[in-house]
Amino acid sequence: MSQDFRLDNIGMVNRNKKISFTFNGKKYFGYEGDTIASALIANGVHLVGRSFKYHRPRGFFGVGVDEPYAILQLERNNERDPNIRATEQEIFEGLEVKSVNCWPSVNFDIGAINNFLKMFFPAGFYYKTFMWPPSFWYKIYEPFIRMAAGFGEASIKHDKERYEHKYEYCDLLITGSGPSGLASAYAAAKNGARVILAEDKPRYGGSLLTSDVNIGNQTGAEWSEKIITELKSMSNVIVKNRSQVFGYYDHNMLVMSERISDHLPKTQKYLPKQRLWYIRAKEVLISSGSIERPLVFGNNDTPGVMLSSAAKEYIKVYGVLVGKKPLIFTNNDSGYETAIEFKKNGVNPLILDTRKEPSSDIITEAKNLGIEIKYSYVVVAAKGYKKVKSADIAKISDNKKDLSNIENIECDCICVSGFWTPSIHLASQSGNKSEFNEKIDAFIPKKSKQKENTIGSANGKFTLEETINEAFNKGYEVSNKITENNNKVSVPTVVEKKSTEHDKFWCVPLPKGKSYKRFLDFQNDVAVSDIELALREGFRSIEHVKRYTTLGMATDQGKTSNLNGLQLVSDIENKVVPQVGHTTFRPPYTPVSIGAIVGREVGKHSKPTRKSPMHEWHEKNNAVFVDAGVWLRPRYYKQGNETLFEASKREAKNVRKNVGVCDVTTLGKIDVKGPDAAEFLNRVYTNAWLKLPVGKARYGVMLREDGIVMDDGTTTRISENHYHMTTTTAQAANVLSHLEYYLQLVWPELNVNVVSTTEQWAGAAIAGPNSRALLMKLFPNTDVSNEGLPFMGYKEADLFGIPAKIYRISFSGELAYEVNVESDFGNFMWEKIIEVGKEFQIQPYGTEALSTLRIEMGHVAGSELDGRTIPHDASLEGLVSKKKDFIGKRSLSRSAFTKPDREKIVGVVPLDKTTSIPEGSYIVKDPKAKLPNPKLGHVSASCWSVEYDNPFSLAIIKDGKNMIGQKLFAMSPLKNKTIPVEIVSSHYVDPEGKRVRA
Amino acid sequence: MLYIFCPHCGSRSQNEFAYGGDATVKRPELNKEISDQEWNNFVYLRKSPRGKHLELWHHISGCRQWIKVERDTSTHEIFKTYKADELTE
Repeated sequence: MSQDFRLDNIGMVNRNKKISFTFNGKKYFGYEGDTIASALIANGVHLVGRSFKYHRPRGFFGVGVDEPYAILQLERNNERDPNIRATEQEIFEGLEVKSVNCWPSVNFDIGAINNFLKMFFPAGFYYKTFMWPPSFWYKIYEPFIRMAAGFGEASIKHDKERYEHKYEYCDLLITGSGPSGLASAYAAAKNGARVILAEDKPRYGGSLLTSDVNIGNQTGAEWSEKIITELKSMSNVIVKNRSQVFGYYDHNMLVMSERISDHLPKTQKYLPKQRLWYIRAKEVLISSGSIERPLVFGNNDTPGVMLSSAAKEYIKVYGVLVGKKPLIFTNNDSGYETAIEFKKNGVNPLILDTRKEPSSDIITEAKNLGIEIKYSYVVVAAKGYKKVKSADIAKISDNKKDLSNIENIECDCICVSGFWTPSIHLASQSGNKSEFNEKIDAFIPKKSKQKENTIGSANGKFTLEETINEAFNKGYEVSNKITENNNKVSVPTVVEKKSTEHDKFWCVPLPKGKSYKRFLDFQNDVAVSDIELALREGFRSIEHVKRYTTLGMATDQGKTSNLNGLQLVSDIENKVVPQVGHTTFRPPYTPVSIGAIVGREVGKHSKPTRKSPMHEWHEKNNAVFVDAGVWLRPRYYKQGNETLFEASKREAKNVRKNVGVCDVTTLGKIDVKGPDAAEFLNRVYTNAWLKLPVGKARYGVMLREDGIVMDDGTTTRISENHYHMTTTTAQAANVLSHLEYYLQLVWPELNVNVVSTTEQWAGAAIAGPNSRALLMKLFPNTDVSNEGLPFMGYKEADLFGIPAKIYRISFSGELAYEVNVESDFGNFMWEKIIEVGKEFQIQPYGTEALSTLRIEMGHVAGSELDGRTIPHDASLEGLVSKKKDFIGKRSLSRSAFTKPDREKIVGVVPLDKTTSIPEGSYIVKDPKAKLPNPKLGHVSASCWSVEYDNPFSLAIIKDGKNMIGQKLFAMSPLKNKTIPVEIVSSHYVDPEGKRVRA
Repeated sequence: MLYIFCPHCGSRSQNEFAYGGDATVKRPELNKEISDQEWNNFVYLRKSPRGKHLELWHHISGCRQWIKVERDTSTHEIFKTYKADELTE
């Protein structure tokens, strides 16, 4: 294998480890430490994708997060990963990547026809083209846009990788390990601060890895190696590479995504793929550096045109030449540094400098090396379609308006430098209002908003000496506020070459008769002409121009395009950049995978799963579970090939005929204690509580202040000042918060304490005509006769040596009891009930049978108490006290709640006695009425009545109490059903309630 | 994510708390005759000021105490926090 563009004696990749990977199905080689970009460039590959709108060929433009083009689709470990930056993704053995946004291939892409139709794709073409007629939107426009939009394709398979979240606290978070990050981390760490230093690249050091500088008596790279090694050894420092701090949120919380396994063929056992860090820092030093700015000229998006700093980094870090006939196009000294690196590695560059007669150490060095330089020269246009083959260059007049001496010269890459843009996104996200610095033509942070300071080139300091001094001082100063150790380390001396001022030139004028596309935003295909058009059409605010043209949007977020876009707008508007302002920086700075954001909270892990102490028994007995809030409850116990319908019918029937047992552990339980407990309950519930005797239970309904039913349940007076309250499973947490609110804030004078005891008690409801007989066997020493333990009675009893509580309450409408024991004895209780109950034909029943039983009894539950109903609607008005005041009472007398035809709960039976009515159906008078058909109400719950062996539903309908006996229709447009029905009483079974009192 | 100082527990992340709305609303006394309008104001009407706001937070994943937090609704700056029964300035 030969790598035509790999240099032998330079770079930091591991030459001892060759790695093979495939790109678009073809096999290539690179070295350990290469990115996809460096490895492909080493192999002479520059065409990697197609652009977003025009499908123009795309190559590499940057070397890290600055890369707008080279976004690929990656296959790893049988997973698909879209939106991978080729400049960031390191290669590993067996890596497979492919181009996106091209079909059938990157070399021959049909979509490229857009490039020739570009007059039809101006700024805002979405808004102009897809507006009319409206009926086209759904069937024609939307599918077309969906097909054309976006880079890459997300996997629709379940992501088997593990992602983690981590919470961390520190004194000082430093974002970026360039010279300023390293120096400030070192100064702060030596002063005893707890420091986190984050670097988004695999290698630490930032610009020190590529600059020709000395710190102390070492080269920049050596110094950074030394500092990092020492920091890593300190117990008060966390150093992380491949970690991007992408968001600065409120109260000094920053979020960082750490790519732990993305560069490995496979995620290692016990390690996640990525980890998201939530870092609460006392102070933050933003040392995120700066990104080189492009110069704008014709066809400046051709593969082979790239940032000069990127070209330098490919040489110095990866030992890779981006071309062998380089043209350097610069308005400042940075381009010379790149040219010098080319020259040192045996390649002759040509420098075009827009400045007239600049002079500095660096320029002198370039001259001394014999590098050819043309002053007052510009690149007019790049030539070549899939790769730069030559360039039209020209002399530019002193006023930068006129071109002359246009000639074509051969070259294979054009390295551009339009000076530097500080990366101020984190400071801006913190709330820092930036200011425009005329000297560097860019925004830098102004006054700290949160506890943040920006240092180094992110703060517009472009000399190493300034940077190092500032960073050492800030690191000390900020850490000393926290540690007060006063331990100051000395600042090393710095040797660097002096540079001179840059030229404020950034955009090459079009030569006469030419209409080259000059791109500003390379990722979103926004050209100079698009911005001009937007302004002609009247867009003024930079935020509007951004959205209309898509300048600075998507994953790139304007990293390279932002300032040139602002320059253009201000030039056209005859303003200066600070008048135009900049668009808002929002997190994330770089794309974050959805997996990392979600972390471990996937599927069943998104919430805790709560299981009752009897869960294992249910499992062993073929229970099919259902989610009830965070609880898992048996829905039914499957016998043989039974369906849900058959099983629940069998279970419910057995309750009506013999006896059943249901796990009711999940009901919310709250202990209410204190001398004012009765008074408190009296205010919380709609009915009267002051006279409830000890040893008795009462059903209660509680409202919100707006009169809507919040919850219902029974509460039992255990002793004089002790009540045991039950709530529905779903509302348990809300009810506790509700009670605490009133006790702590509204009526603090009440001497009452509430605490949740849901998990302390295991509960079993024993229901059916045989339940008393069973109870007599379970509690032979306790009088459970109708006189000894009447309906709504309570007793403490002994269950084979275990203390138990028996509540005679019923949800099923049958003679029923609820037995509670301490959770640890739950399984013992359950097994005893089943064992002793055998002779009474006991069967466990699940939530489906439970629903059936309560529906045909007309007992309300969550589907009726749905946050829209007042007590009247659920036929609970009998429980509303007229004498005393309670939470929400005043609302009940409001006019809407006292209307004579107010909704009310009724029963619904299909006339044919066989067709089940879908839940959610509308009740209407005339099924053929014109739409929208006026509805009387809706079906809230449906079941198969085991008592009458026909379908039965509950519905809440207008003027329900006067509708009984009427023949109406239940309509379900969803199920496409219209069922003739009769309205009956909601108490379908045992309307007098004889059974519960038997 | 806000960092809220609970007077009972110390500084804790926002995800331990539930928001409870305007802390200056006072429930009308029990058994008091009150007009529809007044009741309506109490139940439904809330100011949504830009700037300083005294609000309730419930430390549900901590001490379960309701606390009062003086917060700037536009900058999220928290000036002071109070226990439920503490007098606010």
